[in-house]
Amino acid sequence: MPPESPLATYNAHLERGELAYQFSPSLGAAVFYPRVIAPKTGKADLEWRISKGLGTVHSTTVVHPQKGEPFNVALIDVDEGFRMMSRVEDVAPTAVAIGMRVKFRTHPAEGDEFPYAVFTPVENAQ
Amino acid sequence: MNGLVRGSAAIIGAAESDIGSVAALLSPIDLMAQGIQRALEDCGLSLSDVDGVFCATSQARTSAMSLVEYLGMPDVYTDSTIVGGSSFEVHVAHAQAALAAGLCKVAVVAYGSTQRTVGRRGSSPREFNAYETPYKPFLPATAYAMAAHRHMHEFGTKREHLAEVAVAARDWALTNPVAWEKKPLTIADVVNARPISDPFTVRDICLVTDGGGAIVMTTAERAKSMAKPAVYVLGCGQSITHASITSMPNLTHTGAIQSGAQAYKMAGMKASDIDVLALYDAFTINTILFLEDLGFCKKGEGGPFVANGHIGPKGGLAVNTNGGGLSYCHPGMYGLFLLIEAVRQLRGERGAGQVKGAKTAIVHGNGGVLSAQATVILGTEATLR
Repeated sequence: MPPESPLATYNAHLERGELAYQFSPSLGAAVFYPRVIAPKTGKADLEWRISKGLGTVHSTTVVHPQKGEPFNVALIDVDEGFRMMSRVEDVAPTAVAIGMRVKFRTHPAEGDEFPYAVFTPVENAQ
Repeated sequence: MNGLVRGSAAIIGAAESDIGSVAALLSPIDLMAQGIQRALEDCGLSLSDVDGVFCATSQARTSAMSLVEYLGMPDVYTDSTIVGGSSFEVHVAHAQAALAAGLCKVAVVAYGSTQRTVGRRGSSPREFNAYETPYKPFLPATAYAMAAHRHMHEFGTKREHLAEVAVAARDWALTNPVAWEKKPLTIADVVNARPISDPFTVRDICLVTDGGGAIVMTTAERAKSMAKPAVYVLGCGQSITHASITSMPNLTHTGAIQSGAQAYKMAGMKASDIDVLALYDAFTINTILFLEDLGFCKKGEGGPFVANGHIGPKGGLAVNTNGGGLSYCHPGMYGLFLLIEAVRQLRGERGAGQVKGAKTAIVHGNGGVLSAQATVILGTEATLR
């Protein structure tokens, strides 16, 4: 059996409701997106860790598709020290603001698509 | 990059292919070839003089192979480095190195695109990214929009400042007979246009046109005997900070800081030595970021800097004098057109849009989502020392 890909490991965690990321001791920093070696140091020392799922909106936009409703796209600075693209839900897309505290949840897999991480404002989080 | 020598190579010919909306069924390689023929005619050389071919397009994975076949030139030196819209500024540096190493004596740098005719989806399909595609970002606009929001948040840049960039580009385009846009534009027009990805409306975003072209380069020695005045490569630099916007180290500080510093160092120049600016304006925020990162104003002050028409034809700084990607032409990878405009300005060929007495130009290419930054500083013979 070949080793599991970083993306497969990430997706498996999402299916369990976990937001996984990597940490590289040689880099001394979180690494995201998941990789097979650490950036800059080139070491194969990446360790999987599970985020507490809390973060802050770093930037945001509302996409206006030609068909369908406007929706949010955001960059989230997750507290463990990595940034990811996501969507903030349970709030109007125009109400998503830089600096807003948000909490992770898994958007479940649909059809052939993998699950993915989305966020909700902390005050609305369950 | 470096190890390149200031002024060792020159651009001797420059021309657009057909641009705007080209004839049905023309190919990107047709447009490259048409640009090469016109650029060679511009400097009085013929295809048989060419022994170096540099090219890129989003519509051919192996564009150098296609172009070499088309031209029937199996033995030329080739380079089809592709880093998005700044590929051609990178090609200038690579061609300068190849000329210095004797790998070729006359190089052409060519581009062609039929994206308007065939549609964006067909000409430049988005690559799947497992960590971004599920969120349906409207790329590249969404990435630049998030940089713009961050700039507004950190520095107080106003929506109207972004619109000023589009208005200045339009005012310059009205001086350019081949520009796509022909009608005046106001700040209110920009702000009230159809929203795409906040804060951008369709007027903050580059055109979708066809087009192509070529430049011809040779050594400084050979450049002296050409039909028109040579334009010398005084400085080059590049920096690739990321590929996807999620990995951009800092949304308000681009790799132009590094690429510009390299180019200024090689040229022995600074921002105040530059007469004409050609900055890749795929989106209105680009011009503001690059004015800051290339040292024309302080970081964070780009918004107020562009206000009141300062970068328009009646302003204090000549920026994107052809009308830019916003109002002149944008076939998807605009970087070659920046070089063509700088050459024309330094030769005094720009008619109503001419910057009087221009001797130096900075050309700044941008590729991907603020990803691949490449700077070229050009000068007339008077700037050689």
